[in-house]
Formats: sequence, structure tokens, C-alpha cells
Amino acid sequence: MQGLEKKIKDRASELLQSGAVDGIIGWEKGQFEYDPTPAVFTKETGLDNLCYNNFCGANLSKYLVGKITSDKKFAVLLKPCDTYSMNQLITEHRVNRSNIYIIGIGCNGHLNVEKIKAQGISGITAVSASDDHVNISTIYGDSKLAKKEILLGKCEVCRGNVHVIFDELIGEELQTPKPDDRFEMVAKLEAMTAEERFKFWQGELSRCIRCNACRNACPACTCRVCVFDNGRSGIEAKANASEFEEQMFHIIRAFHVAARCTDCGECSRVCPENIPLHLLNRKYVKDINEFYGDYQAGDIAEQRNPLVNFGDDDIEPTTVSDKGGQK
Amino acid sequence: MKKIALAKIDSLLEAISKDMNLFAPVDNKSTVNYAEWKSGDVAVFDKMTVRSAKDAFFPQCENMSKFSRDQDNKIIIDKLETCDKDFVVMGVRGCDIKAIAVLDKVFLSEPVDTFYAARRDHSILISLSCSKPEETCFCTTFGIDPAQPKGDVEMYIVSDYAYFNTVTAKGEKLISSLNNLLENAKDSDIDSAKVATRDIMCKLPLHDVTTDGWGAGVLEEMFNRPEWEQLSSSCIGCGTCTYVCPTCQCYDIRDYNGSNGVTRYRCWDSCMKSDFTMMAHGNNRTTQLQRFRQRFMHKLVYSPANNDGEFSCVGCGRCVAKCPVSMNIVKVIKTMGGEKL
Amino acid sequence: MSNNANIAQEALIPHVAKIINVRSQTHDVKTFAVVSSDDGGVMFDHMPGQCAMVSIPGVGEAMFSITSSPTNTKFKEFSVKRCGILTEVMHSLVEGDEITVRGPYGKQFPVETEFKGENLLFIAGGIGIAPLRSVINYVRSNRDNYGVVDVLYGARSSSDLVEYEEMSKEWASDKDFNVHITIDRAEDGWEGNVGFVPTYLKELAFDNNRTAVICGPPIMIKFVLGGLIEMGFAKTQVYTTLELKMKCGIGKCGRCNIGSKYVCKDGPVFRCDEIDELPNEY
Repeated sequence: MQGLEKKIKDRASELLQSGAVDGIIGWEKGQFEYDPTPAVFTKETGLDNLCYNNFCGANLSKYLVGKITSDKKFAVLLKPCDTYSMNQLITEHRVNRSNIYIIGIGCNGHLNVEKIKAQGISGITAVSASDDHVNISTIYGDSKLAKKEILLGKCEVCRGNVHVIFDELIGEELQTPKPDDRFEMVAKLEAMTAEERFKFWQGELSRCIRCNACRNACPACTCRVCVFDNGRSGIEAKANASEFEEQMFHIIRAFHVAARCTDCGECSRVCPENIPLHLLNRKYVKDINEFYGDYQAGDIAEQRNPLVNFGDDDIEPTTVSDKGGQK
Repeated sequence: MKKIALAKIDSLLEAISKDMNLFAPVDNKSTVNYAEWKSGDVAVFDKMTVRSAKDAFFPQCENMSKFSRDQDNKIIIDKLETCDKDFVVMGVRGCDIKAIAVLDKVFLSEPVDTFYAARRDHSILISLSCSKPEETCFCTTFGIDPAQPKGDVEMYIVSDYAYFNTVTAKGEKLISSLNNLLENAKDSDIDSAKVATRDIMCKLPLHDVTTDGWGAGVLEEMFNRPEWEQLSSSCIGCGTCTYVCPTCQCYDIRDYNGSNGVTRYRCWDSCMKSDFTMMAHGNNRTTQLQRFRQRFMHKLVYSPANNDGEFSCVGCGRCVAKCPVSMNIVKVIKTMGGEKL
Repeated sequence: MSNNANIAQEALIPHVAKIINVRSQTHDVKTFAVVSSDDGGVMFDHMPGQCAMVSIPGVGEAMFSITSSPTNTKFKEFSVKRCGILTEVMHSLVEGDEITVRGPYGKQFPVETEFKGENLLFIAGGIGIAPLRSVINYVRSNRDNYGVVDVLYGARSSSDLVEYEEMSKEWASDKDFNVHITIDRAEDGWEGNVGFVPTYLKELAFDNNRTAVICGPPIMIKFVLGGLIEMGFAKTQVYTTLELKMKCGIGKCGRCNIGSKYVCKDGPVFRCDEIDELPNEY
């Protein structure tokens, strides 16, 4: 990946130097191997700190939303899965495509430091990855973990190495991880009784601290003022008045992004309490696939999603409802 | 000095929780958090909790009063009771112990916050000497000794035993009530563990973070630094850093309009959020740069100006571990302080 | 009088107050007179410049300056401009309705210290007259303690002038008390001055042998302060009040924090040289 980082830096340098773009949205080196920060690079000198390593999981497409009114042009580094979000944002007119230069970068799966720490590993001083394994040095000793075990949730279900939108590609040669069945856990939840499922979600959502990280990181959540921040909406809330409220927030959010969610997994990646929020969204993805045929939000720009597109063969919602959610 | 074998520690927790609520770091499989310990829960003392011990004194959400109307539409106010039962908070590390002192300065200064004060009065703190500091820890930057934090009782974990040293009368009372479960130990039994902790602190990657350049009296200089723009550009404006922070104490007061009248509650709020300073006629901080700067200026400049130089950061590293975009106070301190990244 | 310590126990618990009078001042400003629902009294003592948290349970709570003078021992008054969720509902309230009030909060104008013996110049725009009216009426009640008083007040139009009756009839007829009123644009039937407050201030050409107190929209404050400096005033001679979002009123909720100050307890009254020490975020 170091080779790729070098290529990205060189290209970023060219783009800034030629004036083709005013800024590059990428990742900046952090304190540790595992905490690169999304950053805007506007000067060539800053590019020394640009990094692309095993922990650049963040989806940078959301950062373009805030730049929609900017008259500057930004290049953005997008991994294959991030490009679906970019397409969706373009479809929804939440970004200004003419001011964006998309650099598709290769990816061979990103790691989740939470999963490393969950193995009881702390005091991490260095992390290095090979194709299958990751060596972790700590002040308490070294460990070797299978890469498969510590991938980000979104990488476990990788949708491949295709960038669905880009202006140029760097580093196509990387091998993306072999995906697991994306709907396995959703199917498990569907198979539960209502009581079991309620208990599952209560257990997970009771940890929610309403930090709004899931919402603010989500590339589909682009409302200028969120209904939960709007004093006149009647449901404005900063904390949960009851456990039910937590479910309201997350379920309303899931409904709102249904058919627009590309399943990029940012919600679960950023949750400080490790709540598997993506499962709510993925349930809608699965339902939509079953009711309307396979659909992937963001695979084509400017397409109408099934929930806003009328077709003669559309399923009757009442039929679904009468059958308890079954088609 | 008393001790109990770690293998038997559940019996101790059981005994404490029989008479009192016991808050301890509990493993809920996905995270470790302070929670009311119940029989069968696994208490974990070698992992940092996601949220801090402040939850025990300043919960995310608490009801303060209720309002109802009589048949003539007259307002009736019911004040809600403050905490009136003793409880134990166990496993509080040095960073969180210091953080409680920071919170005390806010909530116990006049006019005293009665809800917080009642919880503080009724709490018995069992502090924990860190046995396994994490790479995100930098409490020593703020002069904290994680090897011997002061609680009502000090707890040390050395090989297969948990040791307890009583410090205050409250602590003495608690420990003496548990005497039948505890064995006598020598004060010197914990010495090597303390030395080990201090040694580890020197080896941690953030051990060299210094607050040089920060503090009272640099308001104008720091406020106008150009670096805020770059640093804040990654911030997504969520409240994670605020909510996991043991010293962040900003809150909102809101009304819940239920079927049985109105409940007025307060809940955590965050200066990082876009509507924090929003008034009906405007907002004095309209950009994330301003909001981001406010949080760090408060911790590193305004707080020291108001509290004899004391920062309102304790180096617990929770924001370092939890920020969704890995932007955090260490990066801010280093970027604008003495040491460059 | 303004010792916050005596409210320590009940810091966040309000009094129930009954509205005994509502005066409609302009299309969007109403003045509410309230007394304690329990005993008909004024609930607490305050000094000019101090504020109180007013609430309609279930709707919201917000900080308002107490516009009545402490020398009014019968009731407390709040002048409320309709501009948000709470104020909208407040404007629908009538005599006999109840609200809640807690306070007093914040620092007062130094009416018993720095202002004593001084000539005073009050400059207000729009609803900014609300906090100054408390000081002005306090000064009128203790007339011998102060020198010549000038009030310069402006609003967008004649129908936007708050307390016009009181200032043009009662204040203007007091000894050594001059009232100068201006509106932004000319109107049929308006014989007074036309023009913005900062412009009128320069035309009036006050000498700098007086203490000035400003309150109004931030843009007006900025230009009035500039004007006063040009006229030879020192910043230490000029006072104003800041308005930031507040929730607790007792310096704990963090919302009105600016620099190392909390506007609810270290303000809202500031001397202009003190404001220079704050970051420019108000």
C-alpha cells in the first residue's frame, strides 16, 4: 500500500501544482498507525502528511456536501465502495459535480482498530499488514491476527474493486477482500420472534448516546437541518427521554435513507458504542431487493430509486403488510 | 491494606451491591461501560470504558421537575427528589478522579447544583490504579499519577489479587463492612505495581505531549491561529468527543410534553453541535471552525483562566480513541503547542 | 440585592407567575406585567440590567431582561419580541394566564457605583430599550443621584417604537432629562427625526462628559460605539449588554460561554473595554 500512497502523493502534487484543483480531500497521518484523519490538502508542502494505509476506512464523499457552494475545485480520494455514495450524492444534487475531481484509488480492505482492541490488545505502537495477516506491536508485546478477523464491517461484505464513477484511477491492482453473505445477519434477525428481535435491538440501542456521529457521517443524511435538530418539528431531541426514543431516532433515520443508503457502513464504523446500525439499513436494502428486484443505490448516477419510481409491476404495499412483510 | 483473590471478586461486588447501587465497568460484549453491576455481570478493570465515571454524577439525562395544570389552568410545579441513597463507584482511574474534581468546580460552586451535589455526597469512590494504560493515555501531561489515584478507597490489581487501601472515613466504613471477605495484606505488596505503572506511562506513545504554549493568557493569540481552519475541516460536528469526555459538562434543559403533564429534564449537550448557540434571532457560532475552536479553547485556555491554570482535559484519551474521524485534543495540542506533528 | 447565593437550593426551579397586564407595544412586541401566583408579590428583588428565565412549561424557557425598574415594587415586566417558538406562544397569553419565572441572573448596571453623580447617555435601538428602561426608571426614581440624562432611541418605523408613550410623555417631562427619538425612514405624520441611530448620535454631538449605555442590534452597537469613540469617549465610559443563548442562567450549562466569561453570570452587562478582551464571537 506504500507504493500506492506514493503514487497518490505524486499525483496530488501535480494536481495542486498545475492548479487543476484547489484542494485534495484525503487522509492525514495521525498519532498512531490507525488514526488517519480526513483532511483537505491545499498546499503541496502539506502533502508530506497525506497517508493511505490500512486504516483509511472513512468515506470521504460526505465532505463534498459542505463544499457545494464553494467556487473552488476539489479532488477527492474515493475507494470503490465510496464511489456509490458519490453517485448517490450527485443523483440527489447534494454536491456540485463540476467542481469535483474524483480520483479512484485501489483498496484491499481496511482494518477496524476496535476489533483489534476487542482481542484484548492495547498499547499499540505499530501495525503492519500482509495479504492475510496483520502484525501488531504493543508496549505489552506483539500479536499476529488474521486480517479477515479485523476487517471493517463494510469490508467483510466488500462489493468489489469497481469504481462506479471516477475521473481517474490510481492503483487498480489491489485485491479486494472476498465478501461474506451481506444479508446473513439480517436473515437471522428476520427469523427471530418479534420479542427476540425487540430484545436484540433494545440491548444494542440502549448504549446509544445520541452523539449523532452516525447521522453526521452518513453520506445519505444531507438535510440542511435534520428533523431531530429542528425546534419546530415537534420531535427535536438531544437525548433519549426513554429507551423507545432511541429506537425512534435510529428507525426514523433508517426509513429516511431507505433506497438512498448505499450500505457504505459508515454508521457502524463511526459509532462509539459499536452499535451495528447498518443492520437497520441493510434490512431495507434486502426488502427492496426482494420487493422490486435487485437494486444498488448509487451504482448509476441520476437513476430513480424504486421507492420514488412507479412501475406497473410494483408490489402492493397492502399485500406486503397483509403477509406480515412477505412478498 | 486488604486484599481479595481476583477469582473471588464477584463475591465482593455481590456483597457491595446487596445494600447499595454499585457502578462498575461492565463488559457488555461490544464495549466496556460503567453500569449498575448486577449479579452475573462481568466487571472489567483492565480496559478503558467508552464513557467516563461522570455518568454516575451527571447522567446523560435527568428529570428535574414536573409541571401540570389544575382545572383553572394554574401551573403546579413538582420538584423532583435528588439522590438520597449511598452508592459506590468502583474502578475509577486517575484521569476520571481528576475529572470529578474539575466537574466539582463547576457544579459545586455557588449556586450549587443540588442534583450533582447530592450524588457526590452519597457516592463512595473506589479508585483504581491503572495496571494496563493504553496507547491513547496521556494523563501524566496533566500531572496525574495513574498509579495512585485518590478515592475513598484505593484499589490495586497485582497479579491475582485486588488490594484495597482505605483513605477516607466513608471508605473505611465500606471496607470494614466487607471484612469477612477480605484478607489482610501488607502496604508494600502494591509497591512494585505502582512502579510498573509509572514505567509504562513513560513508554506510551503520547507520553511526550506537553501543554506548552497553552493556558491562561494566550486567548487572543490562540483564538486567531490559522491552524483552526485545517484542524476543524475534518470535524463532522457530532458530539462523540463531548459525550465520552469526563470533564465536558455542557447541558441543555428541555421539556418533555407527555400525557401526564410536562417533565423538565436536562441532558448532555455539545458545543460541537450546530444548534448549540442558536437563538430565535440568530447564532453567534455559525461555522464548525468556531464550534470546534470553542471546545478546545475552553479546555486549554478558558478553563485555566478561570481555575488557577488547571486545564479541563485529564488525558484519558477517550476522544482520541472514539472520534469518528480521528481528530482530537492531542492533535490540537501538538499542532498549536510546543511540539509540531 | 443581587446575591445569587440565596437561590442556591432552588437554582433551576422557577416561581409560578401570573400575568396581570399585557401591553401591546408594536406589531411584534408585547410587555407582560407579572406577579407571584402564590402571594401577589414580585417573587425576588433585582437590579437594573439583570435578567430572568421565563418559561411556558412544555413550550420552552428563555432569558429575558427585566424591563421594569426595581423601584417598581408591585410587579415585574418583560418586553418580549415575537421571534421564536416560546415568544410566539407568549404573545397568545392574556391577563390571568400563568408562566414561570426564575432569577434574577447576571450582573447589574453599576447604578449605585460608577453611574452615581454622572451624566448619563442611553442609546437604544428597537427592543434594545427593554434592559435600558429598567435603568432609566431607576435613575428617575433616584433623580438626585445622577446628572443630566439623555435618551437616544430609534426604531425602524414609528410603529416599531417600544414604550413610546412613556418616553415621550413621562421621561421627556422630567427635569434635566432629554429624549431624542428617531426612525429609519420618513413617514407621513412623523415630525421627529429621521435617520439611523449612529447618524443621529453624531448630529446630536454630545460632549464626552457622560457615561454611555448602549443596547440594540449588534450592528447598531458596533456603529454607535465607533461613533462614541470618535466623539472622544473612552471605552471605559461605555456600557452595553450582550445576548447569547442561555439555558441554566447560573454559569454551568456552558451555552453562553465566551472566552473565559459566562454572559449569564459575568454579564450580561459589560463595560466596553471588558468586551475587547473577549473573542469576537458575540
